[in-house]
Formats: sequence, structure tokens, C-alpha cells
Amino acid sequence: MPQTTYLEAIRQALDEEMARDASVVLLGEDIGVYGGAFGATQGLLARYGWERVLDTPISETAIVGAAIGMSYTGLRPVAEMQFMDFIGCCFDQLTNFAAKSHYRWDAPVPIVVRGPSGGGVHGGPFHSANPEMVFVHTPGLKVVCPATAYDAKGLLKSAIRDNNPVLFFEHKFLYRRIKEDLPAGDYAVPLGKAAVRREGRHLTIVSYAAMLHASLEAAGQLAGEGIEAEVVDLRTLLPLDRETILTSVRKTNRLLVVHEDTRTGGIAGEIAALVCGEAFDDLDGPIVRVTAPDTPVPSSPPLEEAFLPNAARIAEAARRLAQA
Amino acid sequence: MAVNVVMPQMGESIFEGTVTKWLKKPGDKIERDEPLFEISTDKVDAEIPAPAAGVLKEIKVEAGQTVAVQTVVAIIEAAGSAAATGDAPVAPAPAAASDETPAALPGGKGKAAAAPAPVKAAAKVEAKPAPAAAPAIAAAPAAAASRPAASGDGQRIHSSPLVRRLARENNVDLAPLAGTGSGAGGRISKKDILSVISSGAARPAAAGTPVSAGPSAGAAAVPRERIYFGRYDVAPMSVMRQKIAEHMVASKRTSPHVYSIEEADMTRIAQLRARVKEEFEKRHETKLTFMPFFLSAAVEALRAFPVVNSSVDGNSLVMHREINLGIAVALEAGLIVPVVKGADEKNFLGLQRAVNDLAERARTKKLKPEEVQDSTFSITNPGSVGGLMGLAVINQPNVAILGIGAIQKRPVVVNDAIGIRSMVYLTLSYDHRAVDGAIAHQFMLKVKSSLENWEEEIL
Repeated sequence: MPQTTYLEAIRQALDEEMARDASVVLLGEDIGVYGGAFGATQGLLARYGWERVLDTPISETAIVGAAIGMSYTGLRPVAEMQFMDFIGCCFDQLTNFAAKSHYRWDAPVPIVVRGPSGGGVHGGPFHSANPEMVFVHTPGLKVVCPATAYDAKGLLKSAIRDNNPVLFFEHKFLYRRIKEDLPAGDYAVPLGKAAVRREGRHLTIVSYAAMLHASLEAAGQLAGEGIEAEVVDLRTLLPLDRETILTSVRKTNRLLVVHEDTRTGGIAGEIAALVCGEAFDDLDGPIVRVTAPDTPVPSSPPLEEAFLPNAARIAEAARRLAQA
Repeated sequence: MAVNVVMPQMGESIFEGTVTKWLKKPGDKIERDEPLFEISTDKVDAEIPAPAAGVLKEIKVEAGQTVAVQTVVAIIEAAGSAAATGDAPVAPAPAAASDETPAALPGGKGKAAAAPAPVKAAAKVEAKPAPAAAPAIAAAPAAAASRPAASGDGQRIHSSPLVRRLARENNVDLAPLAGTGSGAGGRISKKDILSVISSGAARPAAAGTPVSAGPSAGAAAVPRERIYFGRYDVAPMSVMRQKIAEHMVASKRTSPHVYSIEEADMTRIAQLRARVKEEFEKRHETKLTFMPFFLSAAVEALRAFPVVNSSVDGNSLVMHREINLGIAVALEAGLIVPVVKGADEKNFLGLQRAVNDLAERARTKKLKPEEVQDSTFSITNPGSVGGLMGLAVINQPNVAILGIGAIQKRPVVVNDAIGIRSMVYLTLSYDHRAVDGAIAHQFMLKVKSSLENWEEEIL
């Protein structure tokens, strides 16, 4: 059996959940006849029909508003953002309505809003953003950022089965670059559980999505220099798996947080505050961040390359931290 | 600003002091370094100068009371902007160093401007006798440990939260390590403090008194560049060599070593041994050496003076009921000390067998870990390679080690005539925290007497 790509893993999750549960429906721009801008819904219209795979007008506000309404009627809609950059259009629907509905009216909103985010594919400032943190700041939502094909499938299944509104940030750089053998049967990966992807003892690198792979590459380089980095994949940003982070920092005593999102207000700041508050006495060095700078994602490929963190920059920061 | 005046630590082994007399009354004006009160400790009586100028606001410990070092004994309302920092306790500089406090620490000799900071910090306390010249705030270990973020002279010690926690938990004073860490800019890191802790510089919390951590075992007494000159080869130390270095430095730092030397007439034993050696070895199939005679004599003396068979834990003496004798065995590249357990319950043959067995297995690297642990007293035998006598370093946590020199025929006075006798020099290195000279010498005389008056049949 060929290895399954991250993108195909997402398609399989949608397919299998639709087959398992008739209340799962899809809606989005060009997801039906065209099969989705990246192909995540390929073949699903033919299999499940136009009543469960809805092509919508180009209005993200309408897509999410409709999904919330459909969820009130007992459906479990999965809405696609053609690019996660456009989720900003749905800010009010998501933060003021979906996030508070269950809290305020006892009416759960079991929707998933999924789509591609992230840079590295020369998409420019409107097709490369990492807008997850706005929603991590919103109680009532869940925010998932898978880094592997296995997780993309397993976490999307958990997201669809979850009764809360879940924002599912796929990383488009990983869509066809990451592949692995997936188990044949049904499986799910629980939300809110981080994974230690590599064991180490000199420092902890916490990351997620595409930057997990850059971090693992950096850890590989560092191992050759005698620096053993432990690499933690957050998998879910909200709720944050505090225990896994703290356990690792208590073991290694040094923390580097890496994310592709811009620096100010990024998850690194939150994790730094968490560790300072809960594990201050275990720190043997400053908490260090490697992130994108506070600018939009540039269109120019050389500028984008300078904008994005990479293995070399992560390794350099880790070296300095290990000796600090 | 109020400045706390604390009971100073007048030497490594001093935990408390008695205020014998106040030289000022509350309300009196006082100059910095002016005598403020008198104290008496186990080691020294001293006049303590004021750490700051101002008005004596309050006396908290009256004359006649005994308190732990670092206890606040008075408060001075300092005049104007005193040099002292915050409300931090300020230990007055000792008026005089105790004569049993080593004035020169390793590397502390000479001017060595580039000598490591620990030496400088320690020298401030130990080596400067003149209070007027001493800094107002002594780098007293306890003061620094209770407020480890800053060194005694008010400078920030660069470490990390983890290091400060480990220092608290293990009672390590960070002040002497300031600026010597392996982190950026000399910051003390986890690695540095773990090496201090594992070197044995730290004491369990029960001791209640932080111990100043000296230079690590590998630290040079001179700047590194002065080590490399002319032609040389550099050989890395084996793990065993490093451990020996670590243990020796830790032992010298922990125990004030004092030495006692005795000489014993071994003629009687030498004759006995010559007479029965062949028969003994045939019958028991093991070599007959002089060692069991010495072990046996040591057991007798340890029974008579049990404090020599003890360990020091802070303010407690742990009196061991077992007598387990560590026997130093020289290896091709190092040294190991296997232990004859329960030596007081073994007869002569048992001691001989145990010594031969342990020595043989030490040389063939077949000792089990538990066979080099739990010694209560140790014996080393420089005589085995012909050494006349040797003054050994105490094998921690013992408080003494017996050194046996070479047995040589020497002219000695016997009944007012000169005779030729088989003589041996015996040395005892002992920890003055636990054992005083009188005991040590009586112990040695007991060893000597057991050897010279040997009665036991050994076949």
C-alpha cells in the first residue's frame, strides 16, 4: 500500500466520518464538483451527494454562519476555508457566537472549520498566514494544528466527533511533503494531548505543525554535536497540554519554543508564562523563542525564506541556549 | 535604613556563638568598624566591629545568650546612605581568624590576580585579620545561602532558578562560585552546581550550616596558561583518577586533618611470622602477611576509642557499631579501598583470608560495589612499596586512617643497650572535628602496644 500523504489523510478522515455518521456534512467554496482547491474533498460529492457536500458562494461569513445554524439542527458540519487567512471574515461568528453558544444558551455548536494555513509555498500575505492565535485567545473554541499524516487524520476525526466548535489548521506546506503508513482501521487522536517526538536531556524544543519538522531536523543536527534536544509536538494549541510541556522542562531545564506564527502574542509567550509560573525553579536558562518576525508573510521568495524559521536558525538558538 | 547585625561565623566548624558583652547601649551612636560586642565561640573569643555607622537601635540577644551563627543580634539604624544593601543581614568581619582555620586555601598563596573567584572570596573571610581593612559585609556562607541571589559584597551572582533551588536543597553556598560558572559570562549552571554537589561539598540539610564550596577537583591553583610551558604531553585523567581527585579534594575540604606518628617494635611478630609462615600457608592455603596483625591491633584500639570509628554528620557524631576496615589497595593506575566488613568478629585467619581475597579481587577488578562501601575506618600501607611512612588523606566518611610504613631493622635502645629490632612507623591522619589529639595519640599507643605484646597463636 502506498504511503498516505497529510492531504490524503485529511480526505480519508472526512470520507470515513461521513460514512460512519450521516449527520456529518461538508460545505465550502469549490469543495464539491472541483474537489477543493487542494483536493481535500476529492470524490466525496460523487459518493455522498449534493445534500451532504455543499458548494457555497464566496462568503466565509455565510459558510460559518450556515454551519452554526446547521449544527443547531443536529448536523455536524465541516466547513472549509479555501485559505485559513480568510477566517478573519468569520471572527464575529466564531468568537461571539460559536464560542459562547453553549456557555450562554446550553446549545452546543459541533462544527469544524478547517483549511490550509502557513507559508513556505510563496503564497504571499493573503495565502500564507497562521491566524490560530486569535482563536486560541477565545474561550469556548478548540484549536488543532497537526504535524503528521497520522495526526491529521486522527485529530480531524476527534474534531468532527467533538461537541465544541473546533478550528482545524492544516499546514499547506505539509500537504504533499509529509507521508507515512497509516493503520488500516478506524482510529482517533485525542484533542489536547501533546506528543514527545524525540527524547533528549539538554533542552526542550516545543513546536507544532510545519515547524515541528524543522525542529526535528535541527535536533538531528544537534545530536551530532552532543546536544540532545527533546522535541515536543503540541498537536492541539487549545486546550494546551500543560503537563507534557512542564514534564519535559522539568527534565531538561531549558526551553526553546518554535513557531511559524509571528512573534507578538504567539503561543511561545503563553508557554513561557506557563513555565515561569509553574516550573520556575526548574529553569537553568532563559526561555528562548524562534518565530517569524512581526510582519505579514512576504510575497518575495527570498524575503519569505528570511521570514520563516528553519532548522539552521532553530539549531543556532538551541546551541546558544544549551551553553547559556 | 536598618542594618541587621548577625552572629558571625568564626570558622568552618563553628555553628554558634555566645554574646559575652555589649560595648554599646541602645541609642548610642556608633562608627562603622567600631567595636560593638564581644563573643565567645568554641574556637575563639573576639571583639566584633559594627558593620555600619549609625545609631544602635536594638539589642536582640543579651549578653550571656548563645545563638546560632547568622542570628540577628542587633539592629543599627544606619546613618545616611550606608553602603550596605537593603535589609540584608550583615555579618561583621571577624576580628581575627582562628588559628585552626586554614589561612591559606589552595591557590590562595601569592597575589595571583587571575586566581579563580572562590579563592578571592574565601580569602576575604579567612585570611584578612584586620577588621578595618575587611569589607563591611563578610562573604559568610550562611548569609549568602539564605539570600543566594546576591553575593556577600552585594554583587549579583549569576545563576539560574534551578541552580538556586538546588543550592537551597543541598545547602550549597553560591557566593564562592560567583563568576566561575560554565554558562555565558560565568553564569553558574546546572552542570556546575551538580558537580559541586557530587563532589561532596554540600551537606545534608540537617547540618543546618551551609558549607562553602571550594574550587572543584579539577580546578588549578594557578591560571591555566601558567600550566602549559616548555614541552609537554596532555593525558586525560581516567574516570578512576577523576574520582580519586574529587574524593581527595572533598575530604581535605571537609575534614581538618591532623597527624599523629608512632613507632612500633615488630620484632616479636616478625619472628612469629617467620616461624609459622610455611606451616600456616600449607595448612590454610593462603599467604601469611603482616596485614592481619595490623588489622587486629586496629580493631583492639577502635574498641578502646570508639570515636575513631565514627562519622561526622553536621552536629552529630555517628558512632558505628560495626568495625569495617577499608584497606587501600594500589592498582596499576589508581587506588581502591575494599572493606573488610565486621573485622571485629573475625579471628586472625578470617582477617588474613579477607585481606588476601579482597586485594586479589581488587587487582583483578572483581570487587562488587558493596565491597567498597560502608567502611568505618581505613588502613593504608605505604610500606608495601617500601615507603618509610605516609600521611594519608582520610577516606570519607571515616574520621581517621592508619598508615603503615615499611618494616625495617633499625638500631634502637632496648633496656639501655642498643639492639637491632624490626621497626615500623605508624601514622594516623584524623579529623579534628571528631577526634582530639589526646585520643589520637592514646589510640596509637594502643595499636603499638597490641603489636609489641602480641600473644595470640595464629596457626
